[in-house]
Amino acid sequence: MTYMKAWWHKNWVGYLFLTPWLLGILAFTAIPMGASLYLSFTKYDMFTAPEWIGLKNYLSMFKDQKWQSSVLVTLKYVFLGVPLQLTFALSVALLLKRGIRGVGVYRAMYYVPSLFGGSVAVAILWRQIFGGDGLVNNLLGSIGIKGMNWISNPDTALYTLIVLMIWQFGSSMVIFLAGLKQVPIELYESSTIDGAGPVRQFFAITLPLITPVVFFNLVMGIIGAFQAFTSAYIVSGGSGGPLDSTLFYTLYLYQKGFTHFQMGFASAMAWFLLVVIAFVTALVFVSSKKWVYYQE
Amino acid sequence: MFIHIFIILLGVAMLYPLLWMVSSSFKIQTEIFTGISFFPTKITFENYVNGWAGLSGITFGRFFINTFFIIFIGIVGNVLSCSMTAYAFARLNFSMKKIWFAIMLVTLMLPFHVTIIPQYIIFNSLEWVNTYLPLTLPRFFAVEGFFIFLLVQFMRGIPSELEQAAKIDGCGPIRIYWYLMMPLSLPAIVTTMIFTFIWTWNDFFGQLLYISNIDLYTVALGLRMFLDSSGKSAWGSMFAMSTLSLVPLFAVFIFFQRYLIEGITTGGVKG
Repeated sequence: MTYMKAWWHKNWVGYLFLTPWLLGILAFTAIPMGASLYLSFTKYDMFTAPEWIGLKNYLSMFKDQKWQSSVLVTLKYVFLGVPLQLTFALSVALLLKRGIRGVGVYRAMYYVPSLFGGSVAVAILWRQIFGGDGLVNNLLGSIGIKGMNWISNPDTALYTLIVLMIWQFGSSMVIFLAGLKQVPIELYESSTIDGAGPVRQFFAITLPLITPVVFFNLVMGIIGAFQAFTSAYIVSGGSGGPLDSTLFYTLYLYQKGFTHFQMGFASAMAWFLLVVIAFVTALVFVSSKKWVYYQE
Repeated sequence: MFIHIFIILLGVAMLYPLLWMVSSSFKIQTEIFTGISFFPTKITFENYVNGWAGLSGITFGRFFINTFFIIFIGIVGNVLSCSMTAYAFARLNFSMKKIWFAIMLVTLMLPFHVTIIPQYIIFNSLEWVNTYLPLTLPRFFAVEGFFIFLLVQFMRGIPSELEQAAKIDGCGPIRIYWYLMMPLSLPAIVTTMIFTFIWTWNDFFGQLLYISNIDLYTVALGLRMFLDSSGKSAWGSMFAMSTLSLVPLFAVFIFFQRYLIEGITTGGVKG
C-alpha cells in the first residue's frame, strides 16, 4: 500500500498533465484502432449488427478491380510525385541558398502554393485550368498547340494531380533551406582552396550533410502522399474518374465506407493502408543507416 | 545574374494560376474563357455578389462564420491540451514516460483512416454526426501529436534556472506551467495556433464526413457544393468565392510568416 502511495506521490503531477492526452489516446486512437481491426473481419453496414466473416474482406479486396486500380494510382502518385517534388524543392533551395538579395520574398513566393495547395479552392482552380477550355489550353493555344481536356482524359488526369503535388514544393523547400544553412561554410571554403568546383562540392559536401533533411522530407512526403484525398475528390467530382484514373486509395476507402456503407471492407482497406505505410516507412528508416549521415 | 532572373520567372510562373484566378474573379463571365489577357477589360464585382449569395438562401458569410467558429474552438483545445502534454513530457518526471513518448511519436505517423470509421460509428451512436462536436472535441484531448512534439522541443529549450527560481519561491508545478512555461512558450503556441488555423481551414475530409446540414457548412464544403450545383456556368462566382476563401490563409501567412517557417523547420531540421 505504501508502495502505491509513494508511486502516486512521485507521479501524480506528471499524470495530471498527461490526462487529456491519455484519455485522447484511449478514446480516439486505441479503442477505434481495435474496433476497426475487429470490423475489418466483419460485414457491417451500420444498420444491422456486424457479422463475422473472417478474412473474406481481405480476400475480396485483393480481387477487387477497383481496389487494384486505386493501389496502382496511389503508388504512381506517391512514387512519381514525391521524388519529383523533393528534387524541385532541393534544386530551388540550392539556387536560393546563394544568398541572393530578397531571399525572403522568393521563399514566400514559392511557399504560398503549398499553403493553399491542400485547399478545395485550389483543387477547383486546377480542375478549371486543366479542363478543355481552361487556362493551360489557352496558353498552349497562344503558341499554336492544341491542348486536350487533361482532366477528362484517363491517361492524363492523374498527372494533373501529380503536377499539383509538385507545385506545392514550397514547404519542403523551406526545410531544405534550413538544412542547407546548417552546413558549415568552412567546408566549402577549404574545399575551394583545394580546387573543388561547385558540382564536386555538391556531391561531396552538400548532399551528404543534408541527408537527414532529405530523410525527413522523404518520410513526411510519402506518408502525406499516401493519404491524399481532397485534390482527387474535387478534380474528379468524387468519382475517382475518368475510368478510376484518379481513384486515390483514400477516395475509394471513402466511397466504400461512407457512400456504400461497406464498413467492414473499408476497415480492411484502412488496415492495409496502415501496413503499407508502415512497411514503406520502415524501409526508408532501415535504408537510412546506409545513406543518412548525421553531423556529430 | 541569370539565376536571379530564372528565380523570379519561376516564382511568377508558380503564382500565375493563383493570380489568374484572382483576376478572373473580376472579369465578366464570357471573358474568362476567351482570352488569356491577364487583366480584365472591365472590372466587375458581380461575381462576388453572385457568389456571396451562396445557395438556398445561405450566404458564404455563414460558411465563413461557421469555419471561424470551428477553428476558434479547435485552437483553444489544441493550445490547452497539447501544452499540458508537452509540459509533462518536457519538464515533469513520471514512470513510463519514455514509453508514452514513444507512443506519441508513433501516432504522428499513423494514417487517420484506421481510426475514422470507428470514430464515425461512435460519434454516430452518440448522435454527434452533423454537429461540430466530432471536429472540435478531440482537440481538447491532444490528438495532434505534431503540436505536442513542437511544444516539447520548444520547452526543452527554456532554461531550467527560471524554474528553479520559481520553485524556490514556492511555486508548484501547476503554477509553473501556467505562469512560467506558457508565457515563455508563446512563440511555439502561436505556431500551434497558426497551423491549427490552416489545417482546420483546409480539412475537407473531416468536414465532408461529419457535416451534412447546409447551415453548418464550412467554406470548403460550401465551395464544393457550389461547384457541384452550378457546373460550367458559374466559374466567375466560383473563382470569386475561391479567392475569398484563400484570403484568410494568405493573411495568416503575411502576418505570421516567421512562425510558419520556424514551425516547419523545427519539425524538420531541429527535430
